[in-house]
Amino acid sequence: MTVLVEILSWVLLTLGGISVLIGGIGALRMPDLYTRMHAASVTDSMGAMLVLGGIMLQAGWSLATIKLITILLFLLLTSPTSSNALASAALLAGTRPIAEAKQEPGEVQ
Amino acid sequence: MSAESSAADSKGAGGNTARPAYLRMLLLALVLMATWLLWSGFFKPLLIGLGVLSCALTLYLVRRMDFFTREAFTLHYDFRLLRFWVWLGREIVLSSLQVARVVLRRRIEVEPILVDINAGNLSTVDQVLLGNSITLTPGTLTLDMHEGRLRVHALTAEGAAALEEGEMQRRVAALGRR
Repeated sequence: MTVLVEILSWVLLTLGGISVLIGGIGALRMPDLYTRMHAASVTDSMGAMLVLGGIMLQAGWSLATIKLITILLFLLLTSPTSSNALASAALLAGTRPIAEAKQEPGEVQ
Repeated sequence: MSAESSAADSKGAGGNTARPAYLRMLLLALVLMATWLLWSGFFKPLLIGLGVLSCALTLYLVRRMDFFTREAFTLHYDFRLLRFWVWLGREIVLSSLQVARVVLRRRIEVEPILVDINAGNLSTVDQVLLGNSITLTPGTLTLDMHEGRLRVHALTAEGAAALEEGEMQRRVAALGRR
């Protein structure tokens, strides 16, 4: 049983690490700010869930697990807020998404 | 996010309005302090002192944000929210895989598009929930929310089409229903 939990925990941690890595690679390879943010959100949604899930299995049923669940909850609630602040700030500063150039003017108001 | 919506919206608010401001402050102070104690688990004077300081600072900040004079949002969600989170978790996994595929392709070929989602049928709180859920799912990003319309930046046409199909919106709407 413990071996199983251990294996599952390390699978989650490894997959989480890979997600974070993919997010990083994407943030470097994507063409503009907004598409980079798409890639980076793999890190903070998927990566956070997997890594914290893996640590939870390591911690077992303890106060630490409850704290980890709360941390995950806070992360999932606050990271969209910061993404939104970043995107809004970029738009206000005049960074146009490349998506906009391809659309007819006035198609999206 | 627009500021004018929070004061105007009454659909998502309720319950808490009758309570006077000082009582709500006291209540929040107690909850904050209890959280601190539970979190730290240490009862040394220095750490408790730091806790009191942090609580005072938090109270000062939320007061500056007019938290106590404005109508508070009370969430009426129950176990349905848990079910929504499970569904959202699955969506996050699936769309992460899609984005990962785009990222790891030999050549980066992306055609991001902008779509407008009409969410006028949702209360303000639910609109925020929808906007944040969209942002949380990799591949779609809420840029702006104005008068019930959400401007969404999508990495792929499929992602945009899935949003316009509106399953997420239906699920959020079902959450708000009592």
